[in-house]
Amino acid sequence: MASITLNTVRKIYAGNVEAVKGISIDIEDGEFIVLVGPSGCGKSTLLRMVAGLEDISSGEILIGDRLVNKVEPADRDIAMVFQNYALYPHMSVYNNLAYGLKNRGIAKSEIDQRVRKAAEILEIGEYLDRKPRQLSGGQRQRVAMGRAIVREPSAFLFDEPLSNLDAKLRVQMRMEIKKLQRDLKTTSIYVTHDQLEAMTLADRLVVLNKGQVEQIGSPMEVYEKPASTFVASFIGSPAMNLIPMKKTALGWEPEQGDGVNFDIRSDASEFIVGLRPEDLEILGDGAPLGAGLAAKVVVTGVEPVGAESYIHGTLGEGGQEVILRAAGKQHYDIGQVLSIAAKQEKIHLFNRQTGKREEEISALQPA
Amino acid sequence: MKKVQLLDHAVLILGALFMLVPVTLAFMTSTHDAMSVYKDGLQMTWGGHFTDTYKTVLTEASGFTKSVTGLTMLYNSMILGFGFAIGKIVISMLAAYAIVYFRFRFGVFFFWVIFTTLLLPLEVRILPSYEIVQGLGMMNSYSGLIIPLIASATGTFYFRQFFKSVPDELVEAARIDGAGPVKFFIDILVPLSKTMIAAIFIIMFVYGWNQYLWPTLITTDETFFTLVRGMKQILAVWVGAQIPETNQAMALAVLAMLPPVVIVVIFQSWFVKGLVESEK
Repeated sequence: MASITLNTVRKIYAGNVEAVKGISIDIEDGEFIVLVGPSGCGKSTLLRMVAGLEDISSGEILIGDRLVNKVEPADRDIAMVFQNYALYPHMSVYNNLAYGLKNRGIAKSEIDQRVRKAAEILEIGEYLDRKPRQLSGGQRQRVAMGRAIVREPSAFLFDEPLSNLDAKLRVQMRMEIKKLQRDLKTTSIYVTHDQLEAMTLADRLVVLNKGQVEQIGSPMEVYEKPASTFVASFIGSPAMNLIPMKKTALGWEPEQGDGVNFDIRSDASEFIVGLRPEDLEILGDGAPLGAGLAAKVVVTGVEPVGAESYIHGTLGEGGQEVILRAAGKQHYDIGQVLSIAAKQEKIHLFNRQTGKREEEISALQPA
Repeated sequence: MKKVQLLDHAVLILGALFMLVPVTLAFMTSTHDAMSVYKDGLQMTWGGHFTDTYKTVLTEASGFTKSVTGLTMLYNSMILGFGFAIGKIVISMLAAYAIVYFRFRFGVFFFWVIFTTLLLPLEVRILPSYEIVQGLGMMNSYSGLIIPLIASATGTFYFRQFFKSVPDELVEAARIDGAGPVKFFIDILVPLSKTMIAAIFIIMFVYGWNQYLWPTLITTDETFFTLVRGMKQILAVWVGAQIPETNQAMALAVLAMLPPVVIVVIFQSWFVKGLVESEK
């Protein structure tokens, strides 16, 4: 067990491409950190730098108190689970688990004990004599995890380990990884592009974009207070509605569309207003408008997904598109006009130029 | 449907005959005695002198110096075949390993240098090669027979292609598992290459076994003669006042064919596997 400290870590590839632009993260002992972001955001590169598979262009990486910039991967006391599992195809499951221990000169009896223990935890005991190709995807995944566990490392590194599994198995393995990590209390860094995986696994999320940290925080913090429009649109499904609005003589108007009733006192002349689909309530006819934002939405499409429906609509005819999430099985017609409202504390405001989160809306007095 | 099948079989049978008749002819002729072959030409029937001919060929010393038997020649051919195949595999695997897994200056350049040597087969560079071997005093030795031809552009190329298809994650997993370059090569890469090794082994064994020009140049001492080389010697020597021992030459030819056939039969399933799939 150990903490991991990244201090302005940079990765510059040949041709002056900066994949990781000076990232600093302090990871506590036993913490489960998820690096999440779209492809090309540098999350895998960052993980591989921690593993020692990529050189660090500048900055420092510490595992525990030890500076590991120049330490070989094998000597960093980490274990990694790869996306395609990277099992040794010619070795039995047992030998796959044991190989790293053998190379470290650990006694045979100790190896045997550790392998059997890991196999028991992961319920792969009966496959120990099989070759990886005789196993299903989920079983291979377990073997890959087993290879990490037997090492009893101070940190686990996961590189999109679930992306080769089908949806059902992914959910199951996700829970198992979480449980395993809680039981073993091993510091973990997990890379994924799947925001749902990130939300469910992480103690703390690190949202990355274009080689930079957009936000670090617990999943709920990130969800409830996204630091930028990027985080707002990346975390949460369906994504947050982002509506550019500007101040006119008549008050605040959306850039595209109309029928929005929203007022705050602010020196700024434009904002991006962020609204989670589930925070938009559909009002009955004649219901009073509370403090917050109200709008008329023309329904353009409905996606029933069972327990709830996603309603696609526009702000007035041909205006900005928005998505609402409606619970229950109520029926909506295309072309129907809905009155919607969002409570004041549910409204997110972002700077139009920088995309960064503005101060809390409650600090801005309604006009 | 039926007609097509008949035609298929006709083509196959014709092909099989085309391959087998000369071999049968050689084998049947080798079971006759020299006299009847001389009188009646090549034979397609069993002659009944099978043991006589093969015993003579294998054990009786022949050649100018009467110092080389069929068995010695067989032994020499084996050494050349195995030496060739194993040597080429070891060298080309190591070369390919270096080219694929190590970033060194001009690595790609060196690969292409090796590759272009395909354009310079032995026949083209035979004089300089001979000159060097002769200068090093390696004439009439197994090392002189094998080592100068051991570098293989073909083998290096095949292994390079194969290594390139091995996923990078495997190398990385091995690095994290504490396997250095040598361990990775021996523990992971060599077992993974098994089928590839088998395929190249067959090709190179047959290639080495069938060498004629190089052994002719390098070995003047008859005790180093190979089967392929010695076959011709029998006819050349025994022509004269005697009846040419065509039956014995044929027997040697049959013997010379056997080991490559055995090797191919043993390794054929691996051979096909090595060419079409890989265990990954």
